[in-house]
Amino acid sequence: MGFKEFMGVITAPRTLAAYKLSFTTAFLSALINAVFGLIVAWVLVRYSFPGKRIVDALVDFPLALPTAVAGIALTELYTPTGWVGQYLGVLGIKAAFTPLGITIALTFIGLPFVVRTIQPVLEDMDPQIEEAAASLGANRWQTVSKIILPVIFPALLTGVTLAFARAIGEYGSVIFIAGNMPMKTEIVPLLIMTKLEQYDYTGATAIAIGMLVISFVLLATANFFQWLTSRNLGKA
Amino acid sequence: MGLREGALSIELKHVHKKFGDFKALDDVSLKIEDGELLALLGPSGSGKTTLLRVVAGLDPFDEGQVLFSGRDAENQKTHQRGVGFVFQHYALFRHMTVFDNIAFGLNVLPRKTRPSRDQIRAKVMELLNLVQLEWLADRFPWQLSGGQRQRIALARALAVRPQVLLLDEPFGSLDAQVRKELRAWLRRFHDEFHITTIFVTHDQEEALEVADRIVVMNKGKLIQVGTPEDVFHNPVNSFVLSFLGNVNFFHCRLEEGKAVIGESALEVPGLSVQRPQAAKLYVRPNQFKISRVFSPSALKAIVEYVNPAGTVVKINLKTESGQQILVEITQEELKNIKIKKHEKVYVSLKDVSYLEYVQDNP
Amino acid sequence: MSSRAEPKFVKYLLIFVALVFFGLFIVLPLICVFDNALAQGLRFYLKTLQDPDALAAMRMTMTVALVAVPLNLVFGVAASWAIAKFDFKGKGLLLSLIDLPLSVSPVIAGFIFVLLFGAQGYLGPWLIAHNIRIIFAVPGIILATIFVTFPMVARELIPIMRSQGNEEEEAAITLGASGWKTFWLISVPNIRFGVLYGIILCNARAMGEFGAVSVVSGHIRGLTNTLPLHVEILYNEYQTVAAFAAASVLALLAILTLIAKTAIEATIHSGQRQG
Repeated sequence: MGFKEFMGVITAPRTLAAYKLSFTTAFLSALINAVFGLIVAWVLVRYSFPGKRIVDALVDFPLALPTAVAGIALTELYTPTGWVGQYLGVLGIKAAFTPLGITIALTFIGLPFVVRTIQPVLEDMDPQIEEAAASLGANRWQTVSKIILPVIFPALLTGVTLAFARAIGEYGSVIFIAGNMPMKTEIVPLLIMTKLEQYDYTGATAIAIGMLVISFVLLATANFFQWLTSRNLGKA
Repeated sequence: MGLREGALSIELKHVHKKFGDFKALDDVSLKIEDGELLALLGPSGSGKTTLLRVVAGLDPFDEGQVLFSGRDAENQKTHQRGVGFVFQHYALFRHMTVFDNIAFGLNVLPRKTRPSRDQIRAKVMELLNLVQLEWLADRFPWQLSGGQRQRIALARALAVRPQVLLLDEPFGSLDAQVRKELRAWLRRFHDEFHITTIFVTHDQEEALEVADRIVVMNKGKLIQVGTPEDVFHNPVNSFVLSFLGNVNFFHCRLEEGKAVIGESALEVPGLSVQRPQAAKLYVRPNQFKISRVFSPSALKAIVEYVNPAGTVVKINLKTESGQQILVEITQEELKNIKIKKHEKVYVSLKDVSYLEYVQDNP
Repeated sequence: MSSRAEPKFVKYLLIFVALVFFGLFIVLPLICVFDNALAQGLRFYLKTLQDPDALAAMRMTMTVALVAVPLNLVFGVAASWAIAKFDFKGKGLLLSLIDLPLSVSPVIAGFIFVLLFGAQGYLGPWLIAHNIRIIFAVPGIILATIFVTFPMVARELIPIMRSQGNEEEEAAITLGASGWKTFWLISVPNIRFGVLYGIILCNARAMGEFGAVSVVSGHIRGLTNTLPLHVEILYNEYQTVAAFAAASVLALLAILTLIAKTAIEATIHSGQRQG
């Protein structure tokens, strides 16, 4: 494969559309997990409520559940006749077979990454730091925003980056709910799969190389944030 | 009780060891006599633990020689050297009971030389008896207090009849009270069995109290080797001096057998007349004399604080030039002079610990 | 403790938000699987699971796990021992390599094996000449699964071993134990929970892997289908109930995995190992 051929595959409209879709949905799902994952982690570490241990154990459910199972379950939920889909339909929102559906599947997959990176950092935080802030006159909101959030921020970024990296490459949970329409709801891993089924190994390789580069950049980013986290906790 | 197996001396000859650019051991030569209780004393990072680990064969070194009873130990693995090592954090096997921990060294012997089960049992109980913890045999390490763990670690090391005991900060992570007890226990234990023992400590009091000989280390080098008395009273330099207890330090000029500090010329006992020269004067807190009477050979100072709580009375003084002095006097002396805060006193020298000549600035 | 607490309504609002989000994204799909699987009654459910293709898929999934998990266990223990207890050149590279399967898309993971062993791959001609089939056959599925589950054991063990340090091993050596005995009598017992944990996670991933296996399997019914692939085929053929019945087996496996994981964590935290 020459460089020209490589660029040809990479810059084909269908490839670009797939990359754009994969990036947008992965990014949106990572963002959703940043907000809700942080809340889930906070609630699990700081509060006690009935069923907390079950919730804590179930955080890993998306990692334990085979992706194909997650894929068909989410599809059934979000089709226009599904448990959730029918209510979304009333609001005029279509989830299954649209980018929204893909985002939902990726959010499911990414949640444990965010929660499980923030949780230990929150647990390890010295309570005396917060007490010190309070004793110096900070109110609760100031303590949270000026003391706690800055400490866990790198961990949050690590988790979000990991969730994003996983989402970019995710296949099983997405293909059922995506609809897989070229140019519209075709994610990059599926495009590689399609090329493979057509025995277009050159095309598949070109797209895969693009993905690998992205994965490594993301991994390096996550490691950098991890290093920041351990430095913040005074462990580096 | 047969805890010992023949005589042993250990000798290090010009041992060097680096971690990257950091010199952990810098030309260390030392001879440890049979049956000696030796303390390696120094601040953290001085190389004392590295030295201990080199003797044990746990760490390799770059240059030099380690001799066990005159024989080069280079090819001797740790377990062939007959060393018993007690680790700083005890390193008890957390998944084994106290009994199994102590029996470990016997259980891993080759079948030919391994004692029978009953013999092992008897040996373990004997050691538990020695450290007075027979009732803990079936406990797990996490169920023990720090002091108990320490003694079990010692019993475990003794089970293999080591010729030399190596203790890394043996009392480092214990409460003050337990520390004192174990210190005394170690001294008694050594007096009874005379196993060559090297222990690492950063606590000068511990070294002075327990050891036969002290090796003071700094930055990978041996600074001074000697008896506790020797090291304390005749320090070879100001590092040893300040490491072994509190010391006051003055810049002065030596003139006609006196130390001139500001406007006062202090008598320095034992100083012979010589040409004027700048010097640093090191004085221990108990080497001062305090008086209420003016004397031209005494420093004028104001009492800042008197703390009579303790076996000695600690007094903080401040000289006219603003220098802080820590003085210790006996309770008797305090009764005699009855000084109080803010009062004016005159300080003279009973003795001087160390005098360091300084090159005159042109 | 008031200095460390939010106003009550903030606390309850946060718990509410967390639980709603959690219910919507985690609990609802879980219920959905079992609800769909049992949509036509328990009898139909059980009948579907006894279908020959379903049984073949289950057997295949078990076979794959039985090969992949022990291999990765041996590799994981060895690699984490080397990484946690020794310094050597290329340690950083080994660490990155262990993480590699986690950071590439499963589709690409499978694709790598097609490129290596496929008919047009680097070793393809040689394999064809010797009449060895890897791609679109069982060996390919096993290889892809091993690759994807490669990091699971090592990643659990490395932090545990690191935090335990070397002292116990050194103590064993000063007491005369050989390297081999030290490994079996000291290192292994100290990581037994971590090992168990790793095995469970590795097994869950091995049995559930979809993307990578999908690329190399060839989807031959009764021959190269694992349970997740079987689910896909049934679902695409609109046999929804049958698909969910097969899926429910995998979901059950996931739940058992989480229960085992939680139980191990509880044992670890009960103080036994706080040394």
